[in-house]
Amino acid sequence: MTDVFNLDGKEVPFTPGQTVMQAALTAGVFIPHLCYHPEFKPHGSCKLCTVKVNGRPATSCTLPAAAGMEVESNTPEILDKRRMLLQMLLVEGNHFCPSCEKSGNCKLQALGYELEVMTPHFTHFYPDRPVDASHHDVLLDFNRCILCELCIRASAEVDHKNVFALSGRGLKKHLIVNAESGRLADTDFALTDKAAQVCPVGVILPKRVGFAVPIGQRHFDAAPMSGHVAEYVPVAPADQGERK
Amino acid sequence: MSFELETAAHPENLRRVAIEPVSRVEGHGKVTILLDDDNKVHQVRLHIVEFRGFERFIQGRPYWEVPVMVQRLCGICPVSHHLAASKALDMIIGAKLTPTAEKLRRLMHYGQILQSHALHFFHLASPDLLFGFGADMATRNIVGVVAAAPEVAKKGVLLRKYGQEIIRLTAGKRVHGTGSVPGGMNKALTLAERDLLLKDIYQMVAWSREAVAIIRGLFEKNLASYNSFGRFDAACMSLVRADGAMDLYHGGLRARSADGKTLFDHFDYSRYWDVIAEDVKPWSYMKFPFLKSLGPDAGWYRVGPLARVANCDFIPTPLADHERKEFLAYDGGRPAGATLGYHWARMIEMLHAAENIKDLLHDEDIIGTDLMAKGERAERGVGVIEAPRGTLIHHYRVNEDDQVIRANLIVSTTHNNQAMNAAIRQVAMQYLDGHEVTEGLLNHIEVAIRCFDPCLSCATHALGQMPLEVEVADAEGRILDRKYKDARGVCALE
Repeated sequence: MTDVFNLDGKEVPFTPGQTVMQAALTAGVFIPHLCYHPEFKPHGSCKLCTVKVNGRPATSCTLPAAAGMEVESNTPEILDKRRMLLQMLLVEGNHFCPSCEKSGNCKLQALGYELEVMTPHFTHFYPDRPVDASHHDVLLDFNRCILCELCIRASAEVDHKNVFALSGRGLKKHLIVNAESGRLADTDFALTDKAAQVCPVGVILPKRVGFAVPIGQRHFDAAPMSGHVAEYVPVAPADQGERK
Repeated sequence: MSFELETAAHPENLRRVAIEPVSRVEGHGKVTILLDDDNKVHQVRLHIVEFRGFERFIQGRPYWEVPVMVQRLCGICPVSHHLAASKALDMIIGAKLTPTAEKLRRLMHYGQILQSHALHFFHLASPDLLFGFGADMATRNIVGVVAAAPEVAKKGVLLRKYGQEIIRLTAGKRVHGTGSVPGGMNKALTLAERDLLLKDIYQMVAWSREAVAIIRGLFEKNLASYNSFGRFDAACMSLVRADGAMDLYHGGLRARSADGKTLFDHFDYSRYWDVIAEDVKPWSYMKFPFLKSLGPDAGWYRVGPLARVANCDFIPTPLADHERKEFLAYDGGRPAGATLGYHWARMIEMLHAAENIKDLLHDEDIIGTDLMAKGERAERGVGVIEAPRGTLIHHYRVNEDDQVIRANLIVSTTHNNQAMNAAIRQVAMQYLDGHEVTEGLLNHIEVAIRCFDPCLSCATHALGQMPLEVEVADAEGRILDRKYKDARGVCALE
């Protein structure tokens, strides 16, 4: 017997150990997300992937799939909540898409368009977050950080360098560099590190390269995030828990 | 006249008339006029509420963001800022552009000149020129032009659309694209895109010739009044090519005094501060640039189409150069010194832009794919371009971490600050002095400002027709009379 659950009226098969998100993506069904990455363990921090399971909210990236689940994802109520989460993320940092090098390749921007965020709605925080341009090859623009911890996870688990960390609590939580000086130049971080490749927004950027890809040819110019679902399918879903 | 009406000797007993905001220009500005009981003019000032702030808030940003960020100064000619910043950053990264990259930038720039000049002449200035400066306000607008001369209005719209298409195909978007990057371009022009543009270019050249004929015809019909309207003598400054030709993308600085004497020529703009300085006045938010050799009082100058057409030795496209010669020779050269001559010169430049686009589209380099160059890093870069409204200077310093640490921008309208004040003071004396103030007379002031096509705040927030409110107050500040036009152009009196 194949294990299946119901997602917005569609039967989605899964293998034991898969999360709802992994099973959905494997089946070609997109669930919005920011902190999820197919090569890393589920994190559950951004809450964009929140669904309702048997009437109760849960993060689909961390919830193990179970036979017979009734999962709602693409409903007006849940989309409203996701839109609000995006609006909160957009005002907590300084996200100026017009001059951001990541524009067109940014998942936060792509989801903003896809979920039709028409206004910021909330008052902008305009936090004061100076950039770290000390590293020869990489610029850190903390203004755009959404605290997904993907760079922290990649640096610790793949690069084994532990370059990044979060500091502070609640509203004061922020990304830091693990160096006495706090400067990226004083770490062994390299442009080739996995941590330099995983940022869903525009925090970690190669230096001296800007707007190299013309408008119309950027990643999300061709299709919204839901049109790239194949990119997010777990590489080896069965042993996701052990891989990283 | 330029400074005589700048500050009244005894402002305390004078009535203040304000035109706020000035309409049918880009951005926000206001004019204040002080009159005595006999309606004699004692003081006229053009104020520009220009909060730019970009010089400060790009500090600390990585240099490669700058051409995309600073173009947000303006929604009308962002390409000018995009390219001036790119040129400055080419210097910072030591890049000498590939032939294809430079030609694509030129194509983008001439597309910008075409669309901006068409917008200004047909949409903003033509209502005054076609109906008369004091004509009924209800028809003196673009809707009135569409009703009275639909073919003229349509050509204006299509000329602008064509220029915007060039920008889209070279920059990626019609407004605020990303095509130009430090060291070159990020996008090649495909064969199909080149052919799409070629299809209509001959029509654009023909319509641009017609536009020159329209403004020439208006001069012929109103010669005496057009030549004398807001007339003043002034020095001129513009870029010229090494052989003295008009070149709106690159060249050396040339300045001539009001009597035609060359003050400097082919001056390397990367040291512009050796020849230009900026003065400040307590009553204006905008600086007053001047030519250092003449000093702050005598050194003010014109930039923009009139300065460029008069300053160059020739225009390197045949139809526009023919029109330049006609313009300079017409009526003993008087239109070339007239404030309304800006419109004529602007249309000659539009024709030049159309011809230049035609030539670039026939150049095989334009569909090349070698787009980027690199070189030796420098700390400082200056980029200068002739924007639709005049000479535009971008100046940056970048630290070894690739962050901008200092920026200075001198935009076209700032160069023309004193010239615009001189023009409105002349017009105030010619038309308002001793007369009862009416909307039609006040519009003469605005007509003079519009000649310069100023971009008052380099801002994008002016939508639709600008409202206009004129108040007449007594010495105690009591409002005696108020005339008001709302955003739909509906007039009301109180």
